[in-house]
Amino acid sequence: MTSPTINRTDLINLVITSLRDVLEQSGRPLPATIEENTLLFGKGALLDSLALVTIVVDLEQRLEEEHGLTLTLADDRAMSQRNSPFRSVGALVDYLEQLIHEEQSRD
Amino acid sequence: MTEQEVVLITGTSRGIGRFLVEHFLQRGALVEGCARSPVDWELPGYTHHQVDISNEGQVKAMLSAIQRRHGRLDIAINNAGIAAMNHALLTPGETASRILNINVLGSFLVCREAAKLMRRRNYGRIVNFSTIAVPLRLEGEALYAAAKSAVEMLTRILAREFAPFGITVNAIGPTPIETDLIRSVPREKLQHIIDTLAIRRFGTFADIAHVIDFFVHPASNYITGQVIYLGGGG
Repeated sequence: MTSPTINRTDLINLVITSLRDVLEQSGRPLPATIEENTLLFGKGALLDSLALVTIVVDLEQRLEEEHGLTLTLADDRAMSQRNSPFRSVGALVDYLEQLIHEEQSRD
Repeated sequence: MTEQEVVLITGTSRGIGRFLVEHFLQRGALVEGCARSPVDWELPGYTHHQVDISNEGQVKAMLSAIQRRHGRLDIAINNAGIAAMNHALLTPGETASRILNINVLGSFLVCREAAKLMRRRNYGRIVNFSTIAVPLRLEGEALYAAAKSAVEMLTRILAREFAPFGITVNAIGPTPIETDLIRSVPREKLQHIIDTLAIRRFGTFADIAHVIDFFVHPASNYITGQVIYLGGGG
């Protein structure tokens, strides 16, 4: 489903690296482990709204610079989904896979 | 990463933008500029981009190019703008749309993409352009003044949204300056505007540069969301 140059493991690592950077920059505590079911946004999750904005921008920039992929993560569709694509690491990776697939289908 | 300060100025083909290019080059900055057309001049330290700032893809591509070349952006000056002075009853929808697109959408897109780059170093200075036509509520400039009112509100709210990233956002409201933008405005109308100012003269490029220098100074890190009008006309 993902690009031959970026597989699911790459995307998980990308999200985790970005998450660590954003948490460090904002002085928030790093959890002992970050996994696919780690909650990102919502009750009891790692990010507040500003940190969520930062990680979305950070991921867009990493995808463009490291993989040549120009994606818009936070569009109206993403924001209006009942199950937010930003709720957990795994959900965000699923969403990135979907966006990359759509982008490649357009080419 | 480039060691020198990097400045983006929109609307550099002539007028205030062209002047600001030289102003920032003289203080040792690297200047990236854009206009819808190519420019027929070259200056050491200046890079030109042919960009329509109301085109999202083109604005994104320009900021990506700046990131690749310099790895930083310190200052963004949203000078590009268009005006069309006419009675509201004689203003076509297409003109209205163009004025809103360039002035409001264009300023927003440049602010957004500039801030994405600036946040990486947790530092940035954005200066937007309003106009004295906003506080003076000038007849014949309904669309232009409405668009610049929107730019002022963008400035105030973006100041809050970008503050956590070390970015300030301010605006300058110039009085008439002898540039192409006002060439088609009747002399008596210009004189009427000048007569309503506290200091009754045309503005100069240097007046604008002075306010911008204040806004972009590193020590101005507690000055954000402000609009300064020249000439005491606000």
